[in-house]
Amino acid sequence: MEFSAEQLELGRTVRRFLAERSSEADVRRTMATAAGYDLAVWTAMAGQLGLHGLAIPEEYGGQGFGWVELGLVLEEMGRALLCGPFFSTVVLAATALLESGDGAARKRYLPGIADGSLIATLALPGTGPELDVRAEPADAADGPADGGWRLSGRAPLVTDAHVAHLLLVPARTVDGLGLFAVEAGPDQSATGVRVTPRPTLDQTRKLADVELDAVPATAVGRPGDGEALLARVLDLAAVGLAAEQTGGAQAALDMAVEYMKVRVQFGQPIGAFQALKHMAADVLVEIETARSAAYYALFAAARGSDALPVAAPLAAAYCSDAFVTAAHQNIQFHGGMGFTWEVPAHLYFKRARSSQLLLGEPAAHRARVADRLGI
Amino acid sequence: MGENALTPEEARASARAWVSEHWHGTDDAAWRDALVEAGWAAPTWPVGRYGRGLARPAAQAAVAEFTAAGAPGAGVDIAPFGDNPWLHLLGNTLLAHGGPELRARYLPRLLAGTLGRGCLLYSEPGAGSDLASLQTRADLVDPDVAGGEYVVNGQKIWTTGGRGARFGLLLARTNWDVPKHTGLTFFVIDMSLPGIEIRPIRQITGEAEFNEVFLTDVRVPADAVVGAPGEGWRVLQVALAAERAGMGAMARAADGPGGPGGASGAGGASGGASGAGGASGGASELATLRAAAEDLVKAARAAGRLGDPLVRDELVKIVSWRLTNTWTGQRAAAEVRRGSSSLASLGKLAASRVLHAGTDFAFRMQGRDSLVYDVDDPLAYPVDRALMFAFMNSIGGGSDQIQRNIISERVLGLPKGHEPDRGVPFRDVRTSGATRPVSPA
Repeated sequence: MEFSAEQLELGRTVRRFLAERSSEADVRRTMATAAGYDLAVWTAMAGQLGLHGLAIPEEYGGQGFGWVELGLVLEEMGRALLCGPFFSTVVLAATALLESGDGAARKRYLPGIADGSLIATLALPGTGPELDVRAEPADAADGPADGGWRLSGRAPLVTDAHVAHLLLVPARTVDGLGLFAVEAGPDQSATGVRVTPRPTLDQTRKLADVELDAVPATAVGRPGDGEALLARVLDLAAVGLAAEQTGGAQAALDMAVEYMKVRVQFGQPIGAFQALKHMAADVLVEIETARSAAYYALFAAARGSDALPVAAPLAAAYCSDAFVTAAHQNIQFHGGMGFTWEVPAHLYFKRARSSQLLLGEPAAHRARVADRLGI
Repeated sequence: MGENALTPEEARASARAWVSEHWHGTDDAAWRDALVEAGWAAPTWPVGRYGRGLARPAAQAAVAEFTAAGAPGAGVDIAPFGDNPWLHLLGNTLLAHGGPELRARYLPRLLAGTLGRGCLLYSEPGAGSDLASLQTRADLVDPDVAGGEYVVNGQKIWTTGGRGARFGLLLARTNWDVPKHTGLTFFVIDMSLPGIEIRPIRQITGEAEFNEVFLTDVRVPADAVVGAPGEGWRVLQVALAAERAGMGAMARAADGPGGPGGASGAGGASGGASGAGGASGGASELATLRAAAEDLVKAARAAGRLGDPLVRDELVKIVSWRLTNTWTGQRAAAEVRRGSSSLASLGKLAASRVLHAGTDFAFRMQGRDSLVYDVDDPLAYPVDRALMFAFMNSIGGGSDQIQRNIISERVLGLPKGHEPDRGVPFRDVRTSGATRPVSPA
């Protein structure tokens, strides 16, 4: 678990970029827009920094790095509460395309993801706390004349679906679960696709309901292989999210520590009170523990370790709880100030809470750890 | 002029020449004395202070020549801490702060291996977390007689290896009219002096690994002072730094080649996650993760509780703490290789919950069988003992609460809290006496 000098420099570069382009003011401005992302920032990340294609192989227009590099970038994005469809496009959709092993689908979509021109997302199964890959899929039927597929059904709470050009949707076929690509078009004008944005607790991560009515779709990978594919993708996505959560947790603690140095009560900075110091020390332990879990899982993902199926849900559970703890305590450290809209503590709290459930709640991840340890 | 500019090759040549001239195949007192005198016993120590001022790689190259010739006793300074902790605890302290006479009295024998063991006389029943508030007094008397003598009175506690110790590192108060840190003096005392009584302390486990040491009118010559009177706290920092570095190195070594785990939860009935994630290739990494759960799974299975979702959830939480603490140790080691790391200061605190939660789990899973406490019971005894022994980590070496103070101040940079004794002459400071009954002699 040792980072190279180049990897550490990548993290620092992204941190500097986001400090400038995803400041608190930027986040507040962007999260209030309908699109929920800043096109100029998105373009600079994909082009100037090459972040979108970081973990995409060179043959598909990427840079051919892997999960360790992507994880360090996600940690910085979490720290800065970056608004936008990066997680949906790069972590969920690109991973699904890569893991599918489907050469045609990769070739068709990955270059666009790498250069930032294509926004994509993956419809996560169901809305329950367990994220069961078999939950409530859409239905796929063989198309009539053209030999293609037609998808019908409902995909609830899909991240960034309101701006996605490409929707990857799990659907039931006669052979079992499959993954399908639905091209929604640049303005989602495709016939049979209805996307309804939902007001979200966490305004920095947008969600929309998707309804499909006999919409043309192509299979990604072999229909029937969808369950195994989704399980792999969700493991990897959980590792990416864990890295993002770690960054967010650190930002929340940093913010609390700075506040406790300047807020004076009873004639001294409140950070001198042991009741608060011990809370802060405990939060730091949680964060560094979470970071260790996330880093181990990133390295396991990068080298294709057989430990990944355990390390991924372990990191997912730990980092989810750690971010919630750090964000929750940050509000508590701030007292009444933390309950106001103007103090950004609530932004971290809402991101922490939305991330805690996005890929399944922590106890469900821990149950997965137990199963996969063979217990 | 030191030899610290010597390259490993030059040091090797120098050692080879010396060995061929002096080594006659007999490890006797004369050989050891010659080694010490020539500086080969501790080649990294300074010239003029029983060493040759070599850098570590050069010393290693030189010592390899002695090893190759079958000549023992060279390079004890670069041997593992555990081989002779006193070489570092006493050696480093005297090198930094001891005068020529004190160095001559102890260091040659220390390096030749004839000095014997020592013990630490720091903590007191009334001064635990707040060590600088200690109350053992050393009063200077008979200043006319050859530099004078100190009369020492007080009680020390948590002394490991008190029985059989030849010397003691003693911290005592010599000035009561200045603030607590500035009235302390550091001594190296002969443990055979009249007035020193050592009693074992019976612990909650029923065993007695520690002692308390009573000092009653012990007359200590003034030349036993290390540094100057009143500089004891500063001298102590050298001894503590050597202790911490040594403990850290031992903990890393104990964690195996997979990587250092700091004070991870390895060992005993609590199980451990030694080396988890260290291996890449070869043995399955998944198998290493599974091993970290083995003892807990066994305990839950024996209890017939392995299918209980609550038990499974608790088990995974404990396994997660174990594994992540090992991984944090690996990150700390990697950071140290690049410079410095504050992660090590978190390891001990994180280990507390690993140990308490793991032993608590095993205790409960065993059910009422845990209520037997019998050294001959191979099942209940280790579980019960580990349950109690877990406090060693959460209290010893700075309690969890002190660790949180340290982390919040040194890592997070939060301000120090109110210190009523700051800048106050110790005479006027409110202090604590012993807060437990004294063990029967």
